Amino acid sequence: MPLDAIANIVLSGLLTGLIYGLMALGLSVIYGVVRIVNFAHGELMAVAMYATVFAFAFTGIDPLWMLLPMALAFFGIGYLLQRGIVNPFIDRPEHSQFILLLAVALVLVNLLLVAFGPDARSVQVDYALDSYEIGPLLVDKVRVICAAIALVACALLFAIFRYTSFGKAIRACADNLLGAQVVGLNVRHLYALTFGLGTACVGIAGTLLSMLVDVTPGLGPAYTLLAFVIVIIGGLGSMVGALAGGVLIGVSESVAGLLITPSAKSMLSFALLILVLAFRPQGLFKGK
Amino acid sequence: MQRSRLGLLALLAVLLVVPLALDRYLLSVMILILYFAFVGQAWNVMMGFAGQLSLGHALYVGLGAYTSAALFQHFGVNPWLGMVAAVAICVAMASVIGWLAFRFGIGGTYFALLTIAFAEFTRIGFDHFGWVGASGGFFLKVVQQDRVDLLHLRGHPLMFYYLALALAVLGFLASAWLLRGRLGFYFRAIRDNEEAARAAGVDVFRYKIYAVQISAGMTALAGVFFAFYYNNLFPEQIFHISRSIEIILAPIIGGVGTLFGPILGAAVLTTLSEGINALLTMSGYEIPGAKQIFYGVALGLAIMFMPNGIWPAIANRLGFRRQDGDDDDDG
Repeated sequence: MPLDAIANIVLSGLLTGLIYGLMALGLSVIYGVVRIVNFAHGELMAVAMYATVFAFAFTGIDPLWMLLPMALAFFGIGYLLQRGIVNPFIDRPEHSQFILLLAVALVLVNLLLVAFGPDARSVQVDYALDSYEIGPLLVDKVRVICAAIALVACALLFAIFRYTSFGKAIRACADNLLGAQVVGLNVRHLYALTFGLGTACVGIAGTLLSMLVDVTPGLGPAYTLLAFVIVIIGGLGSMVGALAGGVLIGVSESVAGLLITPSAKSMLSFALLILVLAFRPQGLFKGK
Repeated sequence: MQRSRLGLLALLAVLLVVPLALDRYLLSVMILILYFAFVGQAWNVMMGFAGQLSLGHALYVGLGAYTSAALFQHFGVNPWLGMVAAVAICVAMASVIGWLAFRFGIGGTYFALLTIAFAEFTRIGFDHFGWVGASGGFFLKVVQQDRVDLLHLRGHPLMFYYLALALAVLGFLASAWLLRGRLGFYFRAIRDNEEAARAAGVDVFRYKIYAVQISAGMTALAGVFFAFYYNNLFPEQIFHISRSIEIILAPIIGGVGTLFGPILGAAVLTTLSEGINALLTMSGYEIPGAKQIFYGVALGLAIMFMPNGIWPAIANRLGFRRQDGDDDDDG
């Protein structure tokens, strides 16, 4: 196999991995603060992808212009989901929360199936086939743009958590819930905002990814599992870990697709997950 | 004789006679109920008794099914012998998963994800496993159905009905025996407070492994049944995570950790979902996914409003509490 072909594959996997990273970051942020594992994460992502596909089909507007409205809409969805359904479960045992979100996921993905059928749909922007040539490398224009946006979105999220007072308040909830309550933080509201932020990540990642892959309802559960694999490999609750894990899985998927067969690519991801859980359960990019 | 025991015997008597009066479709529904009751009981041993959440039980159904079917088809191994092999393989698999997880004290969400990971890994593996037909499916030879051949598990649906009933009764008795014995007390001690159990001298690691092994071995039997009843196996279907979810629905809705919960849950859910199917078929709209939406709503409502399931509430009403040989607080 020629070296530049491998380099191309790795690069494209890396770019896709940044979008995966944004998706996983959403899951990680929610877990890190609210301590709830959002089992409907990928299904929300599939909803975002379908929204993009149909908005594009009816209006022809470039999905990149939809990013901001989608992010806001999904922020709202996440906020309401937390406030309305998840919040009463905060003190319930872990498996109850898990099953609740599993139920949400089951309903979402099958609503998509009932509404749009199992056929694959896609977004074809007019620059879909353009590509950049960098030396021996050839990368899709769309992929580069999407990866860059995903990176910017991640940076924004980091900034929100790091530099705003709202981010500080959220981190306070995550560090010491009782303390946060004592100093008068509205924990419920902050939890819902965090859930909203995590879901907004999914809104953006879904919009971006719909430009790169064919959209089917089955993507929902697949992305939920993928997001889990990524955050556990990176370290659940670690923001940097989620991004790094996303890139790692993106690259490993594309390399597996090349070396084994495309349909076996997620097998490698699951094998990685099993290895990490078995030997380094706190994740690769997180200290003990 | 205790009332609960009398009730159970009456139920068993009805279940023994009733299939003779059923048509083929209703018989298949009854078989489905008993099947889900049994796998629910198997899952319940792990989650309900020992508190270890598995979301990958389809793994054991699939492994059990493929093992016995492949031995039968390729080497002509008798299904009852194949069943032994199936149980052995599933118990071995469960031991590996349990050992990997419990060694580092992985529990809760992480453990559930590990079970999913193994199931998905195996599903994709079987998709490329040519010896058993890969993603194209693996088929058992179907012979004429009127001759009952119990030795080779070939025959009329009625035979499968009684086999399923036998499994469900076996599952019930095994669960009851487990709960009453030392093992059951250790399991529940671990479920309720692992640290306290450890402090009291329970070998937590060992008994968690036992719970996973027992549960996997029971589920393997369901897999063998599945293989010989349906005669066709597809990795996409048998190992899929939606199958694992289907397995956990009945015990959750019926009552996790109870003896009768999985049976009641299977009866309620299967009846409802078949009813919905029939309604959809009658109205001319056969919508793929409608049944799953129903499952999702049922699961959500159950966990929101009846976190302990239907059975504890009913058992309380009927005065069956404390008589099932069960815990005080979980009916």
